[in-house]
Amino acid sequence: MNQALTVNDLTVRYGNGCSYCRDISNPLDKNRCPHCKSVWAVRNISFELYPSEILGIVGESGSGKTTLLRSLYFDIPATSGAAYLSGYSDGLVDIMGVSSQQKRIIRNSLLGMVYQNPTQGLLMDYSSSGNVAQKLIAAGSRNVGSMQDRANELLEHMQIPLGRVKEPPKQFSGGMQQRVQISKAIANNPPVLLLDEVTTGLDLSVQAKVLDLIRSVQKKLNIAIIIVSHDLAVIRMLSDRTIVMLDGGIVEHGLTDQIMEDPQHWFTQTLVHSLI
Amino acid sequence: MLRVENLSKTFHMHVGEEKSIPCLDSVSLSIEPGSMLAVIGPSGAGKSSLLKCIYGTYLPSSGHIYYNAKNGDVYDLANASLQDMRAFRASEIGYVSQFFHAIPRIAALDILSEPLINRGASASAARARAGDLMGMVGLPESLWGMYPSTFSGGEKQRLNIIYGIITKPRLLLLDEPTASLDPVSKASVLELIKELKSEGSAILGVFHDYASMQLVADYSYHIVTKKLEAVA
Ligand SMILES: Nc1ncnc2c1ncn2[C@@H]1O[C@H](COP(=O)(O)OP(=O)(O)OP(=O)(O)O)[C@@H](O)[C@H]1O
Ligand SMILES: Nc1ncnc2c1ncn2[C@@H]1O[C@H](COP(=O)(O)OP(=O)(O)OP(=O)(O)O)[C@@H](O)[C@H]1O
Ligand SMILES: [Mg+2]
Ligand SMILES: [Mg+2]
Ligand SMILES: [Zn+2]
Repeated sequence: MNQALTVNDLTVRYGNGCSYCRDISNPLDKNRCPHCKSVWAVRNISFELYPSEILGIVGESGSGKTTLLRSLYFDIPATSGAAYLSGYSDGLVDIMGVSSQQKRIIRNSLLGMVYQNPTQGLLMDYSSSGNVAQKLIAAGSRNVGSMQDRANELLEHMQIPLGRVKEPPKQFSGGMQQRVQISKAIANNPPVLLLDEVTTGLDLSVQAKVLDLIRSVQKKLNIAIIIVSHDLAVIRMLSDRTIVMLDGGIVEHGLTDQIMEDPQHWFTQTLVHSLI
Repeated sequence: MLRVENLSKTFHMHVGEEKSIPCLDSVSLSIEPGSMLAVIGPSGAGKSSLLKCIYGTYLPSSGHIYYNAKNGDVYDLANASLQDMRAFRASEIGYVSQFFHAIPRIAALDILSEPLINRGASASAARARAGDLMGMVGLPESLWGMYPSTFSGGEKQRLNIIYGIITKPRLLLLDEPTASLDPVSKASVLELIKELKSEGSAILGVFHDYASMQLVADYSYHIVTKKLEAVA
């Protein structure tokens, strides 16, 4: 297998489901079962992430983008489906089916995640360098001195002044918090990085800085990235390919310029022409 | 190198009122290595769309786009996998769009050297080559370190063209390469195109300037009511 990540028929359901909604041919009310009210946040999604590419995911609010990333990061259990990482057992073993101990290992050494909400990714009262070191410890690093150096180096590369790395994230601006999250996410040079709305809510000049840093990290580490964003300009600038999600499913995917300039699905057309 | 057969494109709009916009109707053409085919036609005739269908920016509605790849295989770009398309764009097929998309916050010299560095050139060799080309089309050294978003229209266009040819793509798609250029820079750009052609690349160019077209093209077609006709 030569893809960085392969996802097959992944489904994430909130709620127990019933015989009606377990039958994929029955229509839902958007992503919700009209009978048992379970939410099929991600429904039978399959896609591949190529090595060293940036894959964009766009979609309606509530279409399942965050749920998808969080289930790939093992925050939320997948209801069904499989995923394969080229960095784990040569991509031959379904990572959704391994033990929780194996999942921890995968998460700590092969994946990095930046959450839409920094409070989910960071301990807000703990020092920023400590937050980054946490990821290094999780991956088995034991040498406190070299860990500190590495944490400081990462934060400095993300343009957090060295004089401030001991401060807790709660004293930082939103853009700085996102940059601490990115430092933490890439601390172990993971081959796959998951980014959920990294630039949302930041003012434009800070957004630009974060985007430039993502681009340079991708080049330097040659990693594969999935970036979820509402902002089509961000997707256009960073991603080679784009997936469009609606109601838990993929309605269209293609080269980013094709998705933007010749969208086929009505929802993508609406999105691109910003008529929502 | 490239053989387009009965390529048609209709846009289907699902937003607001459903409608279909026919754009290309059974266009066929072929281009040999080391030659340039030019297409000329009025605004809205479908010239840019033809290039975009070949490059994969637009999805053809029907027809075939056979491309002889460097690996010796023939691919139908109308149905190629995204992975193949991405690989061709990265190393074999170049496209110079009608309108320049500036990559934000990267200096002109870095934009141009990057694709060479990605192919294994040293940073110094890549920058030297980029500098040579910029010099050739009259982009002064004072601009090399600047962000292209600050360039004039004609400066952007020359940068765009150099970006398209710096890697010597086997197949180059050029959309109005001389449109907003003064006569001197126009001549230098045409010279670069000729040079690339003499090195064996196949080029498909779109023009609205008949005189420029005649200086570089080996064959030319008019787009007339969405179809191609040979220029007398
Ligand atoms: N813990 C939960 N329990 C029940 N439903 C949930 C839960 N978390 C999310 N959902 C629902 O799952 C669906 C997908 O939510 P998700 O957060 O993945 O969407 P999203 O695409 O990231 O949206 P946004 O663009 O607004 O961030 C939504 O309908 C949401 O209401
Ligand atoms: N992305 C698109 N979506 C819908 N219609 C389009 C799209 N692109 C082009 N068209 C339509 O296709 C036709 C041909 O457009 P195209 O841009 O190919 O013309 P052109 O010959 O390049 O014109 P110009 O000389 O003005 O650049 C026009 O009617 C245009 O409105
Ligand atoms: Mg979300
Ligand atoms: Mg045009
Ligand atoms: Zn149900």
